[in-house]
Amino acid sequence: MQKAKERAVITVNGIDHPGIIAAITKALADLNVNIEDLSQTIVQGLFTMILIADITDHDLARLQEKMAAVGREQGVQITVQHEDIFKYMHRV
Amino acid sequence: MSVYSIEEILETVRMIQAQHLDIRTVTMGISLRGCVSPDIDTMRDNIYETITTRAGRLVSEAKAVEEKFGIPIVNKRIAVTPIGNLLDTPLAGASEREAIEGAVGVAKTLDAAAKKLNIDFIGGYSALVHKGFTVGESILINSIPEALTSTDRVCSSINVATTKSGINMDAVLLMGQVIRKTAARDPVGCAKLVVFANAPPDNPFMAGAFHGDGEPETVINVGISGPGVVRAVLSQMDDADLGKLSETIKRTAFKITRMGELVGREMAGRLDVEFGIVDLSLAPTPAEGDSVANILEVMGLERCGTHGTTAALALLTDAVKKGGAMATSYTGGLSGAFIPVSEDAGMVDALRVGAIGIDKLEAMTSVCSVGLDMIVVPGDTPPETISAIIADECAIGMVNAKTTGVRIIPAGKEGEYVEFGGLLGGSPVMGLNKFSSAKFVRRGGRIPAPIQSFKN
Repeated sequence: MQKAKERAVITVNGIDHPGIIAAITKALADLNVNIEDLSQTIVQGLFTMILIADITDHDLARLQEKMAAVGREQGVQITVQHEDIFKYMHRV
Repeated sequence: MSVYSIEEILETVRMIQAQHLDIRTVTMGISLRGCVSPDIDTMRDNIYETITTRAGRLVSEAKAVEEKFGIPIVNKRIAVTPIGNLLDTPLAGASEREAIEGAVGVAKTLDAAAKKLNIDFIGGYSALVHKGFTVGESILINSIPEALTSTDRVCSSINVATTKSGINMDAVLLMGQVIRKTAARDPVGCAKLVVFANAPPDNPFMAGAFHGDGEPETVINVGISGPGVVRAVLSQMDDADLGKLSETIKRTAFKITRMGELVGREMAGRLDVEFGIVDLSLAPTPAEGDSVANILEVMGLERCGTHGTTAALALLTDAVKKGGAMATSYTGGLSGAFIPVSEDAGMVDALRVGAIGIDKLEAMTSVCSVGLDMIVVPGDTPPETISAIIADECAIGMVNAKTTGVRIIPAGKEGEYVEFGGLLGGSPVMGLNKFSSAKFVRRGGRIPAPIQSFKN
């Protein structure tokens, strides 16, 4: 039987500057994590990006650690949450 | 975004990061019935072993769940079988002093288990005496002043009334004295003690949590939070009528409660125990903006406590229940809105400016989920006055078939400010009615159950 797919939602907030998307997507590629969806916009003057990543067979804690390191390096706030929190809150 | 809209994702993130949305508590209920032994030391060993074994992974799994979903779980707690039920076998024949020492020893065992597990509170140093006392329950109640002031994390609750059985006024009189004696040792002890009417058996919130009759061996119950989220949403709705406010509170309560459902199911699954209930209560904290009083003010009251407050609170409590009920398969506990004074910065502000007092708070408890909670009264308040306050709350709970409670702290002089720290906050000392209730409460006996209890 195929394992149920698990996804993480990665939210990025901060002051816009060159290289944020590159740094994040490179870190994900290094971990062999596939990006399923990506959206970027400016909310109240702040760079805001949301990525949905396939984390089936990946360690969420390790991904969170790596993203925290990228966040510190880029000076942006990165939150990595299991998809279920959004599914529970917004879908009946 | 194909799966969720950007707005949905940002709404969730904002609720947690900016509006204090959190899971207030994951509370594991544990039955201690199997621990009873004629030898008090053996019973204490059994209790310690049972709690530390069953809840061994409670804190580590809660941490893992916090990280997985990115939502804080503020407190990890345990509720046990009311200890008053366990004391008869080992202590019935003991002298009065030995019996108290034996009971306090059990409280210390609960405290030691809580510290070993690194949980925040353990509830269940409790007795249900709404019709009368067993030997063990009398011992427990008399040991409360010493038990709560020689432990740090143990919480106690005494149920003195139900709609079905009426009010045990002997117990009400006794609890006035117990509260004064506890305060004389250390007022913080009173913050860990609540006197109930219609106490629920599955409440995850302290000080009133215990693992009641009808519960399984082990269970996970969840208490949510979120006054900050409700206030933030309502503050965008200056022109809306009250029907629209109610609708918006319902939607928000739904979302908040879903977090409780998610976390409860995940925790129960990881610990391989049953998932009990989500308690829908909006629980404030002393943090700026995380206040139930502020929600009522955003609804249009200049200050919480002014005329209209009871109506606003009734609307809020009802909308929270309606939204929350749809979001979880099992609701329980207290489920409504909490109005503690010292734990809610908006309540403290209202008290400071004279907008709210004991009488209005009492009226508010007829439509909210709990009662007179975290109220600081003068340290020299007569025990009979405290008993009379308890009796009033019990009457509201009994007649309206709802839970009411009194968590009252005699400390300082009227108008002084008393600080407890942490989630307990601090509050000015509230003035009370100066006229005596002593003759009434000293009559003792039972106030009979009201006619609306005859439902069979």
